[in-house]
Parts: sequence; structure tokens; C-alpha cells
Amino acid sequence: MSGVARVFDLAEVSGRELNQALHDAPSGESFEVVNPRGAHAVACGITADINVVVRGSVGYYCAGMHERGRVLVEGNASTGLAENVMSGVVHITGNATMSAGATGCGGLLVVGGNAGARCGISMKGVDIVVGGNVGHMSAFMAQAGNLVVCGDAAADLGDSIYEAQIFVRGNVESLGADCVRKEIRPEHLDTLGRLLAAAGEAADGAKPGDFRRYGSARRLYNFTIDNVDALAAAAETAAATNTEVAGS
Amino acid sequence: MCGIVGLFCKTETHRHELGRLTAVMLREMRDRGPDSAGFAVYDPGIVGRTRITVLAEGLEVDWGQVAAALERVLGAEVTVRPVHDHAVFSTGGDGRTVRQWIIDNVAGASVLSYGDQIELYKAVGDPDLVAERYDLAGRAGTHALAHTRMATESAVTTNGSHPFVTGADTCLVHNGSLSNHNRLRRFLEARGESFQTENDSEVAAGYLSWRMRSGDTISGALEGALSDLDGFYTFAIGVADGFAILRDPIACKPAVVAETDDWVAMSSEYRAIARLPGANDAEIWEPEPARIYAWSLAA
Repeated sequence: MSGVARVFDLAEVSGRELNQALHDAPSGESFEVVNPRGAHAVACGITADINVVVRGSVGYYCAGMHERGRVLVEGNASTGLAENVMSGVVHITGNATMSAGATGCGGLLVVGGNAGARCGISMKGVDIVVGGNVGHMSAFMAQAGNLVVCGDAAADLGDSIYEAQIFVRGNVESLGADCVRKEIRPEHLDTLGRLLAAAGEAADGAKPGDFRRYGSARRLYNFTIDNVDALAAAAETAAATNTEVAGS
Repeated sequence: MCGIVGLFCKTETHRHELGRLTAVMLREMRDRGPDSAGFAVYDPGIVGRTRITVLAEGLEVDWGQVAAALERVLGAEVTVRPVHDHAVFSTGGDGRTVRQWIIDNVAGASVLSYGDQIELYKAVGDPDLVAERYDLAGRAGTHALAHTRMATESAVTTNGSHPFVTGADTCLVHNGSLSNHNRLRRFLEARGESFQTENDSEVAAGYLSWRMRSGDTISGALEGALSDLDGFYTFAIGVADGFAILRDPIACKPAVVAETDDWVAMSSEYRAIARLPGANDAEIWEPEPARIYAWSLAA
């Protein structure tokens, strides 16, 4: 990232002005956001390869619909962090409340602290690394992507899960319907190694071998072997997006 | 959607500005509930005297006459202080008797609260204007709860606004909706609770009052609520010496808590807490589902 960061003070300008500037910015620009004080929709809808640092805690839907680029929040985030993220990186140093990474289609979400209930709900290809714990019903109806939890997972993990993968280092309070423990194979260790490296310090020193893997027993949803090619293609697309991001 | 704020002063430091800080928090929650607002402030008051806050929206009431009638009923001195369409009675007599007498004898009036420490105000309209009209910012005390309402389960009326009280010095604000409130209301009415609205949250307040009158602590009453209330809720509950928080087991309705050496604050959203003195250094967390959190002046 080149150049001096442009500073937006949310005590002085509206979130709408900030987001418009982020949407208008060409790739390579850097931004610093101060005094967010829990404001909603901070740094939403980014589509260029820009770098945004938010100094403080944010409200709902921070970095929603994020595509390319990088958003770092030095603080906590409320409901819907990085909701429907498409690609790029969203990283917060603190805790996230409900539904972090919900419906995310690609990219990487890193939560340094804990994530609340329903982390990764209906995720569709995003990779999520949580340094601490996740709340109940995380990865509910998760369809694709990886949820990596370096701490513990609360009740009903992976309820009604489709083809996403869940990795947990600590304790799992309980598994949701149709979510089962699965063996870790070399390709899973590779995935973990890649994601833990991308998360850096937020991964709390976790090693790929520390984790257990969970996924779908495929008894609940209408899985047919005839559609396995479509699944593989979707997984490849997600992996390709994520590899590109991790390398940038 | 509704907005909840609660502020509990653990030390003397901010008690003189409790109302001002609560108003700052309430302002941040305006857009979660622009229909109506209300607040309850707890202050030590005068030992042995109960205050009763009464709402007489759109009525011309001769409060002096009501006070005189109450003196005859109670056999005790009663003073009254009108505040716009509210009036605050003060007496050494029994507050619960005053509450029932006013409900039975002052047509159209509602008793919003009674207790040694609580005063409670509510109105339809912009939460900021409600706070201003009843001088929230000028009030001192130990703890306060406030609410901004976006009506779902019953109409936009002052009586449907929060907080709700049915017991002495106990009040409740609620974000969410209950599904079994009609059956529970009948159950509680059969056990001596009386309700003034069709609102689901008033039933939750009545439930807690019933449990506490039956000998439960606030924590015990909330344990019961977890099994007896069906629906979505984040509750903040004020009692004489503290306050408590409870979220339902699914925890769809938001809540955030922050604590410093001087205060504990809770709100639907962090932005209400962000403007409090010392918020940047506060310990901040999201209350877990189905877990009771309580703070007490005694502790």
C-alpha cells in the first residue's frame, strides 16, 4: 500500500461520507478511521484493493459486502461483521458479537478475540479464523468455506451444516443436528496451516495438529452423489479466491 | 426492535450526573425506538417514605384533592408534586395501597411506579423530547433504566411504553416479544397481580414481582423466567439496590455490557456506552444467553 493514509474522523464526518470516499478510491490507497464509537456500517461495500484501519470499536455490519482490500478494526465489532464478504481480508483485534461473517462468500475474516452466537451462519465460501471462542449455533447451515476456532465452541455447533468445514482447537459444548466429528487428513492440515498463517498472531500460536475437524454427516440435507461435481467446482472456486487473497 | 439502556453507579463518582449520562445513552438509542420512551431513576429518597409516580395523560386531575383523599384512606400524610402529565406522590403510608386506590378511583390514570427509591416517566414521541420534558438530565441517583420503543405486540401508547413496574422499586425494560403472555397474565391475575395494559412486557414485570413477593431474590425470579417465559427477550431489571440482565436462550436480541471501577452500563448497542466517561478503558462483553447477571449496591 502506498501513500499517506487519509484520515476520517467519525466525530466530524458521517459514515456515509466515509463509505463514499472508500467506494471512490482507486486501489492502493490507505485510510484511517478514528472515533467510530460504535457507528454502524463502517467501511461497507469496499470493492477496490484499498487498506482501511479503524481505530476503535464499531457497530453493526462493519465491512459488510467487502470485496478485495483489507479492513483492520482495532477494537470490537457488533452484529454482522463482514456480512456477505466476497473476498479480501477483514480483521478485528477484539471481540465480535452476533453473526460474524454471516453468508460470507469468500475472503478471510479474522477475529482476534471471541465471536458471539451464530458466527459463520450460512457461510458460503468465506474462511473465518477466530482466536478465541465462538458462541452457540456457529456455522448454522454453513454451506462452504472453513471456520477455524482456536478456543472453544458453544452449543449446537454446525447445526444443519452442508459442505463447510469446521476446525476447533478447544472444547465443543455440543454439536448441532447432522454435524459430526471427522478425521483430519493431510489436505485439512494444509488448509489449517494456510489459514493460521494468514491469521498471524490472532491464531494464538495454534498449530494445525491441535485441531479437530467437524462437518456434515449428510443425513439431513438432500445430498446426492450425482451432484458431487457441482460441489467440487464450488469448493475450487472458493479455494481459488481465498488463495489469491492470502497471497496478496 | 427497541433500545435499552441501563446505568448503575457503583461509586459516588457519577451519581450526581446519573440522569445526564442516561440521557446521553438514551439519545444514541433513538433510532431503535422512535415511537415512545420512558425512564426510571433510582435515588435514595427519604427513609420511610414511599413515592408513587402516576400518569394522567390528557386528564385534568386535581392532584391536591387526590392527595387529600389518600390521606383519609391511609391515615398518613401524603404530598404530591405534579410533573407535566405525571404526578409524584410521597407518603409514609403503604405504597401498594396507594397504587390500587389510584387505579380504582382516578379514572384514566395509571400508576407507573411505587417504592422508596424509584421514579418513572414515560411518553409517546421522540425519546429526546421525552427525556427533556421530564428532566432526565437533571436527575441524580444510583441507577437508571431507559427504553426507546418500536411497538410490535401492542399499540403505540404511553401505557404501552417501558419501563414497566408492578412491584415496589422493581421495574423492567424489554427488547423482544413474548408469545405466552396472555396465558401467563391470566395465571398471574389469579394469584393477585393486576395489570394496566395489554402489553407483553408488563406481564414479564408482573411475573418477576409475583416471584419476588413470594420470597424469591431477583436472581431466583429470573431463573423462573427462563423456564416460564416463552419468546424473545433481552431484559434489564431495576431493583432497589441494583440491576440485572437476562437474555433468552436463543439471544436474538442484542445486548452489550461495560464495566469500570465506577459504573456498570448495559445497552442494546455499544454506541450508547461509547460516550460514557471512561468507556475506552472499560471491560466490555456480550452477556451470554440464558445467564443471569446482577449487580448490587450491597455487594
